[in-house]
Amino acid sequence: MSGNRIAKLSLQLMTIIEERSVNNLSAIPKEEYLYKCTSACAGCSSSLCLRYVLKAAGPDSVLVVPACCTSVIQGMYPGTAMNVPVYNIAFAAAAACASGMSDAFATLGRETNVIVYAGDGGTVDIGIQALSGAFERGTNFLYICYDNEAYGNTGMQRSGSTPLGARTTTTPGGKPTAKKDLDRIVEAHNPPYMATACSAYPLDLYKKVKKALSIEGPKFIHILAPCPPGWRYPTEKTVEMGKLAVKTAQWILYEREFGKLTINGPSKAAMKKPAPLEDYIKSQGRFKNLSPEIFDLMRQQVEQNIQRLSREEAGVC
Amino acid sequence: MRERLALSRPKEASSGKTGSWRTFRPVVDKEACNACGLCAQYCPDAAIDEELNIDLDYCKGCGICANECPKQAIAMVREER
Ligand SMILES: Cc1ncc(C[n+]2csc(CCOP(=O)(O)OP(=O)(O)O)c2C)c(N)n1
Ligand code: SF4
Ligand code: SF4
Ligand code: SF4
Ligand SMILES: [Mg+2]
Repeated sequence: MSGNRIAKLSLQLMTIIEERSVNNLSAIPKEEYLYKCTSACAGCSSSLCLRYVLKAAGPDSVLVVPACCTSVIQGMYPGTAMNVPVYNIAFAAAAACASGMSDAFATLGRETNVIVYAGDGGTVDIGIQALSGAFERGTNFLYICYDNEAYGNTGMQRSGSTPLGARTTTTPGGKPTAKKDLDRIVEAHNPPYMATACSAYPLDLYKKVKKALSIEGPKFIHILAPCPPGWRYPTEKTVEMGKLAVKTAQWILYEREFGKLTINGPSKAAMKKPAPLEDYIKSQGRFKNLSPEIFDLMRQQVEQNIQRLSREEAGVC
Repeated sequence: MRERLALSRPKEASSGKTGSWRTFRPVVDKEACNACGLCAQYCPDAAIDEELNIDLDYCKGCGICANECPKQAIAMVREER
């Protein structure tokens, strides 16, 4: 066997061992940094995500949280369910605040993780200029957007991230326009690391947060976070709903490291043979009475995303 | 020291005992359970510990654990209050 081949094989082996270790529950730290007393709704997938984000980040981390469900679920002053420092900040300012914090820690020679944990409204709508500015400046931080596809905290108004056809309190007949493609906006900043994740795959999320925090510069993770009251499905279906989003390729799990795209396992299979989109749509009250025309448009969008990401991964753009 | 910032400190029950929200309670059939740990992994409220005991002071009764259990070892039983 040539030396080159041995090196390649050992690299493959290392990757397999690494993957096994995070697919193995015992590799995840037992510590919880989110106390089991949040005021999040029963079945909230964003709280599930936060558990794993904090397990991956560990105690030497600061969260910056703009107005969103996560500001509220902490509980009532002077108590909080969060066992890491949290800076609750104005809606538009999360990434700007994180920039200052990150610089201050660097000046003090501290390696504290600075993590923004923001909703979709606070990211794709009102916080987008601060986000863009921080990414352009090369701030060393991790920006996480948990996407429940509406303004959840204030009672489910539509956001720029609400998908086409979804009913919210401000789009009672279904949203007439498509979901804003946040990932392509972030990608245009050429960050060293960006990824998508979904609450139904918490170990995948854990691994991505770990990786992101090991890289210097601005990092981004976009998590699809199903929300029982907003999407109108029974609380016990939260994990099932996330898996359906991935299996129908409505949501695609990937990572882009220094510009190189990798589609993650569950989405590889889904992109070859997606489960019927109807399964996802029919199980959510927000898509009730969706017209066949809108449904067709949604199916086309899924197909386009599959094509675009497949081409990028294969290196034919 | 006088605090100039509104500081909250970590505290159990910062939102009260959220177990009181529950209308259905998860009941584990230990015979059927194979200790895979998936229920604990998926509980949004971290209400299931390593020994797979459920903390009913905080379990909100969402039913995710029962829905995800591969052995159907968890039943959701209506609370009688
Ligand atoms: C400038 C400003 N406008 C409006 C609000 C009211 N507000 C608080 S949270 C929120 C919704 C946030 O939605 P999102 O970012 O998607 O997070 P989610 O609540 O869904 O977790 C709104 C509109 C505010 N706090 N500040
Ligand atoms: S509205 Fe949705 S995201 Fe917000 S706390 Fe409730 S379940 Fe979680
Ligand atoms: S998911 Fe079911 S089988 Fe697995 S540990 Fe929990 S109760 Fe037992
Ligand atoms: S019912 Fe929900 S909150 Fe209660 S233990 Fe099961 S997953 Fe956790
Ligand atoms: Mg939201």
